[in-house]
Amino acid sequence: MSYLLAKVDQIIDGYGAEKEALVQILLDIQHEFRWLSRETLLHTAARLGLPMNHLYNVTTFYKHFSLVPQGRHAVSVCVGTACHVRGAMRLLDRVSQGLRLSPDETSADEKFSLKTVSCLGCCALGPVMVVDGKYMSNPTSNEIAVIVEECE
Amino acid sequence: MTRLTSISALEALRKEIISRRDPARLKVSVCSGTGCRAYDCDKVIDRLKSGISHHGLSEKVEVVTTGCHGFCELGPVMAIYPEGTSYFKIKPEDVEDIINDTLSQGKLVERLLYVDPEGQVQAKERDIPFYKYQNRVVFGNNHYIDPEHIEDYLALDGYCALAACLGGMTPEEVLETVKKANLRGRGGGGFPAGRKWETTRNAPGDVKYVIVNADEGDPGAYMDRSILEGNPHSVLEGMLIGAYAIGAHKGFIYIRQEYPLAVENLNRAIGQMRALGLLGENILGSGFDFEIAVHRGAGAFVSGESSALMSSIEGKVGEPRPKYIRTSISGVHGCPSDLNNVETWANVPIIFNKGVDWFTSIGTEGSKGTKIFSLVGKVNNTGLVEVPMGMTLHDIIFKIGGGIRDGKKFKAVQTGGPSGGVIPEDMLDLPVDFDALTLVGSMMGSGGMIVMDEDTCMVDVARYFLEFLADESCGKCVPCREGITQMLHILKMLCAGKGKPEDIDVLQEVAAMVKECSLCALGQSAPNPVLSSLKYFRAEYEAHVNDKCCPAHVCKELISYHIDPAKCKGCGKCLRNCPVNAISGSKKEPHVIDLDKCTKCDTCFMVCPPKFSAVTKLSGSETLPAV
Repeated sequence: MSYLLAKVDQIIDGYGAEKEALVQILLDIQHEFRWLSRETLLHTAARLGLPMNHLYNVTTFYKHFSLVPQGRHAVSVCVGTACHVRGAMRLLDRVSQGLRLSPDETSADEKFSLKTVSCLGCCALGPVMVVDGKYMSNPTSNEIAVIVEECE
Repeated sequence: MTRLTSISALEALRKEIISRRDPARLKVSVCSGTGCRAYDCDKVIDRLKSGISHHGLSEKVEVVTTGCHGFCELGPVMAIYPEGTSYFKIKPEDVEDIINDTLSQGKLVERLLYVDPEGQVQAKERDIPFYKYQNRVVFGNNHYIDPEHIEDYLALDGYCALAACLGGMTPEEVLETVKKANLRGRGGGGFPAGRKWETTRNAPGDVKYVIVNADEGDPGAYMDRSILEGNPHSVLEGMLIGAYAIGAHKGFIYIRQEYPLAVENLNRAIGQMRALGLLGENILGSGFDFEIAVHRGAGAFVSGESSALMSSIEGKVGEPRPKYIRTSISGVHGCPSDLNNVETWANVPIIFNKGVDWFTSIGTEGSKGTKIFSLVGKVNNTGLVEVPMGMTLHDIIFKIGGGIRDGKKFKAVQTGGPSGGVIPEDMLDLPVDFDALTLVGSMMGSGGMIVMDEDTCMVDVARYFLEFLADESCGKCVPCREGITQMLHILKMLCAGKGKPEDIDVLQEVAAMVKECSLCALGQSAPNPVLSSLKYFRAEYEAHVNDKCCPAHVCKELISYHIDPAKCKGCGKCLRNCPVNAISGSKKEPHVIDLDKCTKCDTCFMVCPPKFSAVTKLSGSETLPAV
């Protein structure tokens, strides 16, 4: 068995292979591999004795799950209400332009994924952009370009 | 840690913890909540810890890494007790001075102190207006507790209330106490918690559940997160008391996975409880058994609704169901399940520690106790504030919040998140409680309070909330799924300058339908942001339709960027920063924006030095002032 499925098994066993823990299991798999591949989903379905359509139902309902690979660098723009009234849409435009990505897209070379998030709890900094866990308050287009440049 | 088998053993442990503490020792409390972490408070804490041991001050000074202090505007934040000296906006390089001056010699570091709007320096936490007008009953202990150490909670009477309930009260007496306190749900609806507990307690069935709703979905509120991150045991203690009153032996905590620090602190706290015998079988020798499972939500706003949340706990999609039978009677696996919000649970131990009379002495006739709000948006002092129910909006925004940023004019305040509404200036004297806010077409909600100034477009705000709701609607019932989509479509048209005169009436008609016919509270309250802004700011809607003008200069399609030649000094800053090379002009000559190239990204407006303020936004029939 591949390393990947062995890891999936380890996660499933951690929850006693209980059907009820499906969302928790998928969260852990997503955390481990940054996305949910068809292979891991098929394996999970078989182990838990659930039909694949149930897994697709769950994975497409909840926002956090991704059925496509995510970029190496996670870029998020907060679009919570406080950031919105302070100009989050303009910031999102600038970031989109700088990365050449629309929200929820990943670049072809899997370098960046752009996401919008709702309220990060740092409203005093708003509007906020977060790159790999680093917070930036309302960067200009040039500042965004520098950040893009710096990422490997 | 040894397992405690009796209430006296808990009291002995508490005494021992307190006796080991030296009251003369300085306690440096550094906020490590999410806001301050974004300001790199970790570096400040590292320097502080290494500096203190380097200077041989470890005996004299203790560093406590705490959860959110609330004053997020001025982070990283630090308070030094017992004096309560507060420092703000601390940079790692300031730490050396704090150690040398304050911790070694008791002198103040002037530059890090708070200066109030009158220019007065306020060194003590209790004198700073932001803190002075608050009543931090639930939130205050965050300053003294390191969430990693249960000892800190125990030293502050932690689990005293639980001991009192298990040791000397019957479940019925516990229930009566909460009913008498008239504790109302802090998550949105304001339903009396005691009555909810009673329904679950009296519902038929041997297996019952209690649940903490930590699926804080309002995109402008973060108080539940800050309680769980900073003082998780207060919520857990409340939950245990509720379980005892209801007769439940298993509890769930439904928490957003987007809050990793809260999940971590919660899981650690549960582990500590188990080690001490505060969870498991025969808790404190009382014969009461209780277990807790943490369930992380995978991102769905609608899953904060009770029936949806419970279906999500069962591992299914979190869609609501019709509630002819309430979840308090038939919830998780069809068993009676009591669901309360984080802040509600955190209030429970306080009611027992301080007494019902004390609790009901705070607040208004119908709303007792305090409420935490996240005071954000265009306000000077952004942060989490806890005030007695009944304080006026004006006092919260102007006394605590310090008024509007950049000297702008107040326009409206939005409460209740996507289910709430906007409240205009002439209603600022409204006392904040559950009933008063509902009367004016808004609601308390979970406590988001977003302040808006003259630069906020009300049509755009309504569009924003509906976009959020259209995205988050589960799609199960037609009125919500299609109704919100249609309202959003109309609002998008208005914002794009393509509105028709009849649109406003259609909007109102659809809103009434969605409100009346939707299955769950998400749909039933979805029209609130539209209806309330239409009620108080109709002229702004009409300007969008009739004059194709966005008076607040927000709606992108209705505005254009210009440089005022009378003000532009040709510094070239906008020219260098424009990402699409739409600006031209020679040095020291007024610059010009090519409107065909301009993408309206706002960069030139942001970078134009305030002393010039030459970049102007125009909408509708507005023109630049004649030279």
